[in-house]
Amino acid sequence: MPNYRIHKTEYIDETKRVSFKYDGKTYFGYEGDTLASALLANGIHLVGRSFKYHRPRGIVSCGAEEPNAICQIGSKKDLTEPNVRATELELYEGLEASSQNCWPNVKFDIGGINNFISPLIPAGFYYKTFMWPKSFWKKVYEPLIRLSAGLGKSPTEPDPDIYDHKYVHYDVLVIGGGVSGIIAAKMAAKNNFKTLLVDDKKILGGSTIYQNNESIKIDDKLSSEWLKNEIQEIKKLSNLSIKTRTSIAAYHGYNFLLAKENLTDHLPEEKKKNKIRQRLWKIRAKKVVIATGSIERPLVFNNNDRPGILLSNSINKYLDYYGVTCGENIILFTNNDSAYETSISLHKKGIKNIIVDLRKSARSELIKQAESLGIKIYFNHVVTNTFGYRKINSLEIMKLSEDGNTTVGNKIRLSCDCLGMSGGWTPMVHMHTQSGGKLDFRDEDQVFLPKENSEDQISVGSCNGDFDLENIIDKTVNKINKFLDIDNQDYQDTNIICSKGNDKRNIWLLPNKIPLGKTKCFIDFQNDSTAKDIKLALKEGFRSIEHVKRYTTTGMATDQGKLSNMHALGIIADTAGVKMGTLGTTTFRPPFTPLTFGTLVGRNVGKFFEVVRKTSMHEWHVKNNAEFENVGQWKRPWYYPKNGENMHDAVQRESKAARDSAGILDASTLGKIDIQGSDASEFLNRVYTNAWSKLAIGKCRYGLMLNEDGMVYDDGVTTRISENHYLMTTTTGGAANVLSKLEDYLQTEWPELDVYLTSVTDHYSTASICGPNSKKILNKLFPNLDLSDENFPHMSFKEDKLENINCRIMRISFTGEQSYEINIESKYGHSLWKMCIEAGKEFNLTPYGTETMHLLRAEKGFIIVGQDTDGTMTPSDLQMDWIVSKKKFDFIGKRSLYRSDTVREDRKQLVGLLTDDPKEILEEGAQIVSDVKSKPIDMLGHVTSSYFSPNLNKSIALAVVRSGKTMKGQKLIIPMENKNINVTVSDTIFLDKENKRLNA
Amino acid sequence: MFLINCPFCGERDQSEFSSGGEAHIVRPKQPTELSDDEWAEYLFMRKNIKGIQFERWNHVHGCRKWFNVVRDTSNDKILSVYKMGEKPPVNYK
Repeated sequence: MPNYRIHKTEYIDETKRVSFKYDGKTYFGYEGDTLASALLANGIHLVGRSFKYHRPRGIVSCGAEEPNAICQIGSKKDLTEPNVRATELELYEGLEASSQNCWPNVKFDIGGINNFISPLIPAGFYYKTFMWPKSFWKKVYEPLIRLSAGLGKSPTEPDPDIYDHKYVHYDVLVIGGGVSGIIAAKMAAKNNFKTLLVDDKKILGGSTIYQNNESIKIDDKLSSEWLKNEIQEIKKLSNLSIKTRTSIAAYHGYNFLLAKENLTDHLPEEKKKNKIRQRLWKIRAKKVVIATGSIERPLVFNNNDRPGILLSNSINKYLDYYGVTCGENIILFTNNDSAYETSISLHKKGIKNIIVDLRKSARSELIKQAESLGIKIYFNHVVTNTFGYRKINSLEIMKLSEDGNTTVGNKIRLSCDCLGMSGGWTPMVHMHTQSGGKLDFRDEDQVFLPKENSEDQISVGSCNGDFDLENIIDKTVNKINKFLDIDNQDYQDTNIICSKGNDKRNIWLLPNKIPLGKTKCFIDFQNDSTAKDIKLALKEGFRSIEHVKRYTTTGMATDQGKLSNMHALGIIADTAGVKMGTLGTTTFRPPFTPLTFGTLVGRNVGKFFEVVRKTSMHEWHVKNNAEFENVGQWKRPWYYPKNGENMHDAVQRESKAARDSAGILDASTLGKIDIQGSDASEFLNRVYTNAWSKLAIGKCRYGLMLNEDGMVYDDGVTTRISENHYLMTTTTGGAANVLSKLEDYLQTEWPELDVYLTSVTDHYSTASICGPNSKKILNKLFPNLDLSDENFPHMSFKEDKLENINCRIMRISFTGEQSYEINIESKYGHSLWKMCIEAGKEFNLTPYGTETMHLLRAEKGFIIVGQDTDGTMTPSDLQMDWIVSKKKFDFIGKRSLYRSDTVREDRKQLVGLLTDDPKEILEEGAQIVSDVKSKPIDMLGHVTSSYFSPNLNKSIALAVVRSGKTMKGQKLIIPMENKNINVTVSDTIFLDKENKRLNA
Repeated sequence: MFLINCPFCGERDQSEFSSGGEAHIVRPKQPTELSDDEWAEYLFMRKNIKGIQFERWNHVHGCRKWFNVVRDTSNDKILSVYKMGEKPPVNYK
């Protein structure tokens, strides 16, 4: 097996050998490796196939920007993870990884055929091709696209890992632990700012930490040695926290940032167990220093995507940090000085390399150093093609013309096993722009830079466009002093030697004799978009960068175009003949690198997913076999099946019992608002449609609440407990909103009213007993209470004691039966319920759930707000004009009741429906028409509630129908998939129109 | 995520608040005397400014008090908060 690990470094522990599997084969690396460095040490470059053309692709970078080396980790159904960047994944014993987007395997991939038919797959291929015939979409195109689309496989079982969230507050947050971040953090912490420094890598130091060139020095030391010393110093500072393996995912307004900390991803399987895998930090910082650095740009030339072609600086890091060389015969292709650092490093380790430089000449100290070492340099040359299928084996270079627009002279073929490219550096301005910052364009080196630094956020170092060491340190120190309003002198006398030059020759799309249409000059490696695609999009009329991006999918892969966006912009600018700075950029959206769903949800999974509210009778319902329904956050008994009943049978039995003898409902979930104050009556007058001033103490009244637009918002019964004290009930789901709405009016429109509102929903439990025998049961529970209709009539309220505990009893009815609601302090709710059940035994008192409640009230034509109404129904639409006071001067929504639209006669109105076949039950939501032959069919309305009534022995339904009020007796049709159901419009009240049962 | 300085409780995270739209829209004293157009003006028409906007916020998961906020919608900076019934600060327009 080849070994490309050629020297020892302090970051690789050669005493700790680690075995791992890649594509089923076992390899070895060392502790300190990433998956990528370990693969390269084993001579493996080919790690995947490209998305569209299935071209072989290799590792390109050594960090978060990696477009190619993304892999599937593990194979367990619950723990496997797709799209993990091998360049960031730390190696651990037992790691299993495999390449993605290839079949049957990465070396021989059937999809590779796409490469040869690529002229047939231009930009916008999907938009252009799958248009017709229409019927092909569902059966042919979509399944095919789905089969070949996507990268990696999702886990199919729930993630067993633990994730965590934590909030923290700091004076200063420093993002990035490179040289400028470390200086900033030290300055802040030493000046008494509580500071947090985060870095996504395992250790601090950025790209300076492995720097070993003698011509780049600080205070007469190698810059890496100097920085190590600084890191030692800052670790001693008491008010500085350092978080490594932590990357900022999002920078929101008001300096609110989300960071993901990796806690166990680098540990072997057995050590991961029962530990928190990742933690999402929610950080509030008074000030933020962005020191996120920059990433190297690729160069755009023909076949620039072969395995073995990497960013030049990454070759340097693999060598000096991991001790791994990416090849034995390396060519570096550059337009600036940074490739020379790589070249000299390689030379020192005895790796043969030559440089192809786009510039005509350049005379920095660094270049002189390279020349003096005898490194061959081709100035004013350009790479025009590369060769080798699974790995690069040679390339062609040509001389550039004077203006750089074409090539001249003869091709020179050079053999190599690795090519490093350096197209300059792109400052990572993601954080700055996510925070709302704007960008400026600097023409000299074609970079977008942060502009308009706000008072609570600043960019320093190379993410601010300061590329050479001297600049980085001096400017960082000055800016931080100003930003934090301090006067730190620590770096006053720092002596910096940097022999790197700044000149650059920027050409976005490198010239070639081959027509562009026949080249493969890749811009976005992950989504396979080429320079040709960008030009085609422009030719087809796309101008906005946002449109070109979406049409060509450039920058839309999991790497979000970290390596490609600038080139796309550059080529658009060049082609359209405009200045790049005027084009703007696409939007930098969070997250910076992909986040797992686990990190986002933290511990809010399973039973912690959502708050669950249970009544104090809940345990009884569970014990008695109730099925539950979610109503808002509440769990309400839906029905209580007995002896294997299905829902229909249970509901039929429950509702029959309630009408024939007695039923009991847990009504604790209804919203309850305690209203007190000398203006309470006036307040109710203003919020309900009907009049309240004359309601006697001890009486109850039903009220309808509208929105200011005249539409029904909520309903419920309110009881006058004393002169200035009312208890309002609301719908279960609407309770919180009603309280908010009432508070809003009280605080903002009518502050003069003396009214206090308190939510008491959770304070009282309610058992509602209804049916002809309800009075007898009440009598057993409250023997001292005079239950006669004279003393305690319908719509009135009494207080009494049950075993010395106060109860509020309302005689109100939502079923049309004689009915009592007993309210008791919640802690006694369960006992109350059990006592009711016990007292009701001899009367077959039957517990019923929400489904039976709905059926019983539908028989009586009582509406349920939210089921029979949908925010477009006025009281008149509901045939409830009787509840709207004509006398009251004003109430919420009154004026809207006679807007031109609300007085229309052809609005949808609530009606009853009876099916011609009494056994036929309509589907709720079904459309209603009068004529099925005309096309298009005119939709008149829809069914809102539908049940089979055991008490009437027929199907009943409520519906909203256009002009329904005038249609009584009319025949309508409900067209269903297989048949048309004939119905007749009826009254909304199906049972006991005279309300005789209320006092039976 | 804003930090909002509730005039009753102090600075809190935005997640404790709910927004109530444009401020200083007074409910007409005599709605019945308004034409459809005038009523619609009150009911539906909002400015939705890019720039300095006066808004209502409710500290719904806190003291439940409504109050007013001056916010620059172009950069989300909250420039001032003041209680219901208080006059808007004159230096913003």
